[in-house]
Amino acid sequence: MALSPVFLKALKRSPWVFHVGTSGCNNCDIEIADCLTPRFDVERFGVKLVGSPRHADAMLVTGPISHDLKGLVQQVWLDMPAPRVGVLVGTCACTMGVYKDAYSVAGPADKVIREIDPAARFVYIPGCPPKPETIVMGIVKILEAL
Amino acid sequence: MKQVIRIGPFHPLQEEPESFLLTVEGERVIDVDAKLGYVHKGLERLCQERTYDMIPIILERICGICSVTHSVCFCHAVEDIHGVEIPPRARYIRTILGEMERLHSHLLWVGLAGHFIGYNTVFMWAWKYREPVCDAFEWLTGHRQNASLLKVGGVRRDLPVDSFPAVLKVLDELEGQTKMLIGAVLDDPVLAARLKGIGVLTPEQVLDWGVVGPTARASGVKTDARKDEPYAAYAELDWNLIVQPEGDVFAKAVVRLLEILESIRILRQAIAKFPPGEIDCGPLHVPQGEGIGRYEAPRGEDIHYVRSNGTNMPSRVKVRAPSFVNIPSYRASCIGGTISDVTITLAACDPCYSCTERLAAVRRDDGGPPLSFDDLVRLGREKTRAIAREMGRKPDLGLEIRP
Repeated sequence: MALSPVFLKALKRSPWVFHVGTSGCNNCDIEIADCLTPRFDVERFGVKLVGSPRHADAMLVTGPISHDLKGLVQQVWLDMPAPRVGVLVGTCACTMGVYKDAYSVAGPADKVIREIDPAARFVYIPGCPPKPETIVMGIVKILEAL
Repeated sequence: MKQVIRIGPFHPLQEEPESFLLTVEGERVIDVDAKLGYVHKGLERLCQERTYDMIPIILERICGICSVTHSVCFCHAVEDIHGVEIPPRARYIRTILGEMERLHSHLLWVGLAGHFIGYNTVFMWAWKYREPVCDAFEWLTGHRQNASLLKVGGVRRDLPVDSFPAVLKVLDELEGQTKMLIGAVLDDPVLAARLKGIGVLTPEQVLDWGVVGPTARASGVKTDARKDEPYAAYAELDWNLIVQPEGDVFAKAVVRLLEILESIRILRQAIAKFPPGEIDCGPLHVPQGEGIGRYEAPRGEDIHYVRSNGTNMPSRVKVRAPSFVNIPSYRASCIGGTISDVTITLAACDPCYSCTERLAAVRRDDGGPPLSFDDLVRLGREKTRAIAREMGRKPDLGLEIRP
């Protein structure tokens, strides 16, 4: 998707993210919150956690997606204005990890979102949970790749 | 005029997906209901297809904060079936891991509680103090939270003894910082105005709803699995049970902050007394039978039930996490408060939805209603009798919470 240079500059300087905690174990969510606290402080890169998907440029997904949540996650993705990027934090969001054989899990986040938006772009940050340093590095890499 | 407000499932208040239905009259809450089930992953079913060695690794992923809790609790249940005594060094390692977990979990709650009432300074400070604890956990186990250190009959790896001085230094610093935080919280007129007299649970309500952990101890109920049925090394260490009589959110904050100091005390003693010897009692064959594991998680008492059929996989693993009994007490604590107080009251028992959601409600094919409460009680009793017949013993588990 072609972006105007001004738009791209604005996006790279301050990507706003919406956090979707899905059916994971809560640990990646805590590490994401850790990134906002004084030691790591991702807000210095302009990354801000926002309360509504309509304000967001990126969606942080943690954990596998249960059947109950599938429609809601797809709805949140469509609520975000384009251009949008998905950041899959943790092994479960990337590949489902230990929950691979569980009966209540619909699939990893990229598969679930590509059902409604085949052109969706994702960044994968594996780890169980990834350390805050890894998450910060992942976010910096997205900004470089845009 | 009655109105129903729906919050969730994705909302900035809590990290996990869950939704609340608040029925309000003006600003006053007259009813509260929670819709859970988004985080159900079917872990108990997964455990029935894994060997005893693999299960602690999976149960560690029930909840990110209680990673030691669930794996130790499962080990307690299996060791109850087997009747094995684990070596002293393994008991001390479990104690150290459990208390480190309690430290970072309580600091996390204090920070989040500050965040929920819009006091982000407390959030940033508490989480800043939490970081060195996570570092110390990493020095001890190699990971910030999921240590994968537990196994039935002991622990998998020994702790690096040469990292103890650095850990003790972290504890010394944390003690000063916690005392400062306690002073700041107790003296703060803003926190007192927001938290005192809010979300009160009386001791009778605590017993009625079966509330456990710091939420119960803040209402003056002395319940703690570490004292009631000492496991690991708790019986050999000197520590106090923290109880506050008030029952409001402020008392819950005070209980958790004082428990941080007690945990530091326990850790210092455990490190000082750290015994030599084996860390594991070798390969175990789990016989046929059933066992109960109890463990005092940071949020309250965790109970695991394991039934073994004599093979290398359990035929049933049941997890009763502390939030499972704490979450229904919202009906006692939230009703009557205002909407602005509900946010902190909902967070006061430190709910963990990924721990709680062990159940999926299935609708019948004919469109009829799902099982009623009476149906569930009847099915539960039938199943208990069937198990008792199969095991050849009376269905008496002898569990009770003392007031």
